[in-house]
Amino acid sequence: MGIALTRAAQWTAAGIGVGKLEFTPLNVSLLNSIIKFVEYINSKQPQEAAFMFREPLEWKASLEISAFGADYQISKKTVISKENMDGNPFLIYEASTGVIKVYTFNQLAKLLEIAQIDKLKETQACLEANRDPIAKILGPSFATVEGEDKSMLRLLEKVKKSDEEPEAEVQMKLFLLLQQLDMQLLNASLQKVSQEVRLNPQAIKNDIQLLQSFSGEGDMTVLKSINYTSEYEFSNGCRAPPWRQVYGDICYLIINTHDTDTLYVTCNTAGVYLNGGPIKDSEDIIYDRNGDIYKDLITFLKEKSPTFAENLTRVQQNFALQKKPPPSIRKAQKTEVPINEEFDQSEKFSDYQEKNKFERKKQPQKPKARDTKKEETPHVHKNLEPSNQLPSKEEKTQMKEQDPKKTKQDKENVEIVKAKIYKCKAAQEKKNMLQRITSEGSEELSESSTESEEEPQDMSRQQEYNTDLPSEYWQIQKVVKYLKGGNQTATVIALCSMRDFNLTNETSQLAIREVGGLEVLINLLDTDETKCKVGSLKILKEISKNSQIRRCLAELGGLQIMVKILDSHNKDLKCLAAETIANIAKFRRARQTVRLHGGIQRLVSLLDCVPMLSANLSAEQEKDIEVARCGALALWSCSKSKKNKDAIRKAGGIPLLACLLKSPHENMLIPVVGTLQECASEPSYRLAIRTENMVKDLVRNLSSESEELQMHCARAIFKCAEDEETRNLVRTHFGLGPLVKLVSKSYNKELLAAATGAVWKCAISMENVERFKHLRIVETLISLLVGQPEEVLINVVGALGQLARDQLIRGAIRRSGGIDPLVNLLTGTNNDLLVNVTKAVGECAVDAENMSIIESQDGVRLLWSLLKKPSPDIQASAAWALCPCIENAKEAGEMVRSFVGGLELIVNLLKSDDIEVLASVCAALAKIAMDEENLAVITDHGVVPMLSSLTYTKDDMLRQHLADAVACCYNATFFELPVTNSIVTVL
Amino acid sequence: MSRPLDLSRKQHQQLAETLCKLTKRFNKHEVQCLMKVFSTLVATFPEQRIGIGLDRTKFRNVLHTTFGMTDDMIMDRVFRAFDKDNDSYVNMKEWVEGLSIFLRGTLDEKIKFCFDVFDLNGDGFISREEMFHMLKSSLIKQPTEEDPDEGVKDLVEIALKKMDYDHDNKVSYADFEKAVKVDNLLLEAFGPCLPDSKVQRSGKICSSSLDVASASDQLLQKDLCTYGFPIALLSKSIKRIRSKKHSGVLLMLGCSLNGTIATSAVKRNIEFNCRLLAVAERSL
Repeated sequence: MGIALTRAAQWTAAGIGVGKLEFTPLNVSLLNSIIKFVEYINSKQPQEAAFMFREPLEWKASLEISAFGADYQISKKTVISKENMDGNPFLIYEASTGVIKVYTFNQLAKLLEIAQIDKLKETQACLEANRDPIAKILGPSFATVEGEDKSMLRLLEKVKKSDEEPEAEVQMKLFLLLQQLDMQLLNASLQKVSQEVRLNPQAIKNDIQLLQSFSGEGDMTVLKSINYTSEYEFSNGCRAPPWRQVYGDICYLIINTHDTDTLYVTCNTAGVYLNGGPIKDSEDIIYDRNGDIYKDLITFLKEKSPTFAENLTRVQQNFALQKKPPPSIRKAQKTEVPINEEFDQSEKFSDYQEKNKFERKKQPQKPKARDTKKEETPHVHKNLEPSNQLPSKEEKTQMKEQDPKKTKQDKENVEIVKAKIYKCKAAQEKKNMLQRITSEGSEELSESSTESEEEPQDMSRQQEYNTDLPSEYWQIQKVVKYLKGGNQTATVIALCSMRDFNLTNETSQLAIREVGGLEVLINLLDTDETKCKVGSLKILKEISKNSQIRRCLAELGGLQIMVKILDSHNKDLKCLAAETIANIAKFRRARQTVRLHGGIQRLVSLLDCVPMLSANLSAEQEKDIEVARCGALALWSCSKSKKNKDAIRKAGGIPLLACLLKSPHENMLIPVVGTLQECASEPSYRLAIRTENMVKDLVRNLSSESEELQMHCARAIFKCAEDEETRNLVRTHFGLGPLVKLVSKSYNKELLAAATGAVWKCAISMENVERFKHLRIVETLISLLVGQPEEVLINVVGALGQLARDQLIRGAIRRSGGIDPLVNLLTGTNNDLLVNVTKAVGECAVDAENMSIIESQDGVRLLWSLLKKPSPDIQASAAWALCPCIENAKEAGEMVRSFVGGLELIVNLLKSDDIEVLASVCAALAKIAMDEENLAVITDHGVVPMLSSLTYTKDDMLRQHLADAVACCYNATFFELPVTNSIVTVL
Repeated sequence: MSRPLDLSRKQHQQLAETLCKLTKRFNKHEVQCLMKVFSTLVATFPEQRIGIGLDRTKFRNVLHTTFGMTDDMIMDRVFRAFDKDNDSYVNMKEWVEGLSIFLRGTLDEKIKFCFDVFDLNGDGFISREEMFHMLKSSLIKQPTEEDPDEGVKDLVEIALKKMDYDHDNKVSYADFEKAVKVDNLLLEAFGPCLPDSKVQRSGKICSSSLDVASASDQLLQKDLCTYGFPIALLSKSIKRIRSKKHSGVLLMLGCSLNGTIATSAVKRNIEFNCRLLAVAERSL
């Protein structure tokens, strides 16, 4: 009984004095068994029942004196039993104090009879007052002792030694009876406890949720996928159909692991096992068990898939590293342990479970992992609720009741939190990559997309972070508290200390946001204290690299204040503010805010500094230059919006940028050229770049050390070289040589894309083509036709298309084997690429020798099939490319006819609205109509009325080609048509 | 006006030149200005013995009204830092030298100056206790907190962690210097002991408000002219008056200049402040 009472019974963690038994189902059943036992002894073992306790069981009862019957001497205040031994009554009850003393089981049983409905209450009170009743009954030597219990042996010896002592034998019997009761109680409570360990829908659901968060393609995930067979969840949390739920089925899963076949799994309350898999052509599955039962999903998967086990441990290790609390805190907790009742209790509780583990092992579904989880209960509790040492009784009761379940959930929560961290990290990485690609790789190609792309990602990630509270969080919270409640001295110290945190780490960044640090930091900017402003900006500058923080700062009105700070006299402040603005203005609304609050003018005015080239600058002047650099950085960020570009121009930024462009310092040039290339999408800037003589500087920096700078320069040239004069300027400043050199740096894709783009645009001028010919760029370009990203390919092919207008280069392309890869690219999907490829192929087809290669590669058919593309650009350029092909192909007529439905296709293109398409198709038709038979076919397809309907066009180019086509078709059927007249007018 | 410290004009010139050479940061005119300010200030309180210099109270008064310092302890320490010979008076030489660091010192000099200020007992270390002493009023006391000093203690630990490079639980000069070099913000870590950029602004306020006032006070205007104050540019900077302190100064000026309470002492005080501020302004 003793052991059962100490271990199984659920005591409240009363701090001082007597503990209380809680009113839980488990305890009630315990108490009932004890009552039964007492009654049993009284009725079946009269000898033992009469045995007098060494010490009375003493407790406060609440009984009516009148309830006591004839067996008692009832006086006013006390009740004394008539039965006694040596004058000692077996029961003494003092009504005034309520204290009752009982010496025998006999009396106990009677008492319980008297108590009637209050039986349970009295037993409870008795046990609460006598935590170790055996010690009282049999004497202190029998007190319940943890560990090995020798009292039994001692008693046996005693019995042997003193046969004459009759008491000993009775004592022995009683002791045995009590031991028996103890076992009974333990078994009963064990059953209760083990019931709760059966799998339940919630546990399964949590497991699956957890696993899903770690699943996906890729080597590091634990599973490829894990899915329910049914989306519908019943109100009890099960997903199995009701007629299967009666068998205990919870849900069915389809699991794809990395290293086994697809697993069809049943989750039953009894455990997890493989089922027969789906029945063919039916939604049902074979429910029969097909293999061993495992106690839970994780164990099951560990058994089935080695990769799962391996990756799971790795993932767990990752968390362990992340979740480690600082050692000092741990120590503190440990020292706290002995004085903590609750801990004591729960430790015993877990002890008990540990013991029971052995027994439970025999059971079919022995939840070993669950056990270990439970044993962690006290620790988990400690970590989660360090301050909650003396909870109220009710709370405690609740907690106890939920204990096993809660533990499980706690544990799972922790795991889910971990999973979230993991996810966050992955998302962050992915995002970083994406950002790099979108913001730098293709800024000018998809300018608007960069702006919009950020937002949905951010939103989705914002919710994810709330649950995690690493140790840094608390430290940061403390520091922010000092920021809030300190004078400027304390503030400065707090700011300095905040900078000691790893501010590039997302955890710290978000922690600052969570504890309201951003508001304080922004408020500081609005004060008069320079030091506080500097400190605050230094932090903001770092954390604003996080996109969520950026958004927050913008929402909190930080940009307005920072723009104001740009007016400050303190140069450090100006620098920091500009840099922070540069970080924040990565998204559209922020850029707009900067503009609307006059930030652009102020930023532009920062650019105004001493001529960069003057030697030995004073410290002040260097500061000015630094300010200008920061201003350029901010402008660079801002210049991604079209309106800002205008604003920069109107604020007089262009001449200042032109001036800074002469700087010898890379770190200055990068933002300046970056801004310029960003703005070069505007015609006004392109004009300015040409007229302000910036091309010369851009060309000079093409040969700089920094690849980033080279890239921006090349990109700027790429954008500006749309313009004839700029192209010529690039040549006259000897820019083509460096460009060719850059093209050979094939390891840096971004640089390569920019450089090839510049080559492409420059090659639009025939003079440049001439120069490129001497620089032998063709071979390099052709080597780039394979294995490059699309951005590079587009530019390379574009460049080849331009260069191929030269006879010699066409030959060179053929000789260096460029035709094959070009024709292969015709099968691509990127529209820009296809436009360029068709053009290049078309140019190459001008040479008969090239043409034969194209024909052998089936290039003409590929070109023809491109006419089917919906994009008019591709249609037009494909049609243009077809012209030289048809012209130069051997037996062109035969070839054209061999394309089934080809002629119909091209004739139908005459219905297009796009002038370019119409013109190109007319040109192609003119070539096609050279062949009599083809002419007949296209006439059948109704080419003549279509052509004639086009004759009203005003577009000269179209008219020219239309006239061509008409001329070729003339000998066919134009006679009957009234159009002949209009054709004549066109001609 | 009495000539400073009863020196002859020639002696005065010589002293100015010596000090000018000594400090290097002020030009001769500025040194003369400062000397004039000094003598005016000393003479403001006739009960003081002329010739010894500024005593603690008067010096603190200067720090408070001109440089906006409020912390008594720090001001005391600044006085100590000025008073190189420890005779409890700041004499002319100490005055000019001190101000040269105060207003135009290099970072190294300022580090030394600040360290001297913060090292309360002068033992060459800033100890935990000293930090606690200096920071104890820096946090708003939460009445709910069980230990009101806990925050301050924590702050001291943070500061110590930040500065104590050799981990001897106190900040030596080397520690301090290193910490400040790493992060300039820590220069005045334990309290403002140098004039900051606010002085610049207040300087402008004072000078321009004086200009306004001077229109109504011919005498002062004359004085101002002699001291070389710019008499243009005003209304713009008046807008900048924000803090009470500055408006207080203004008020005082206004009153004095309207002749209501214009005693010569107040007037002199104003003149002094303005002159000092002019120097400060130029140095910032």
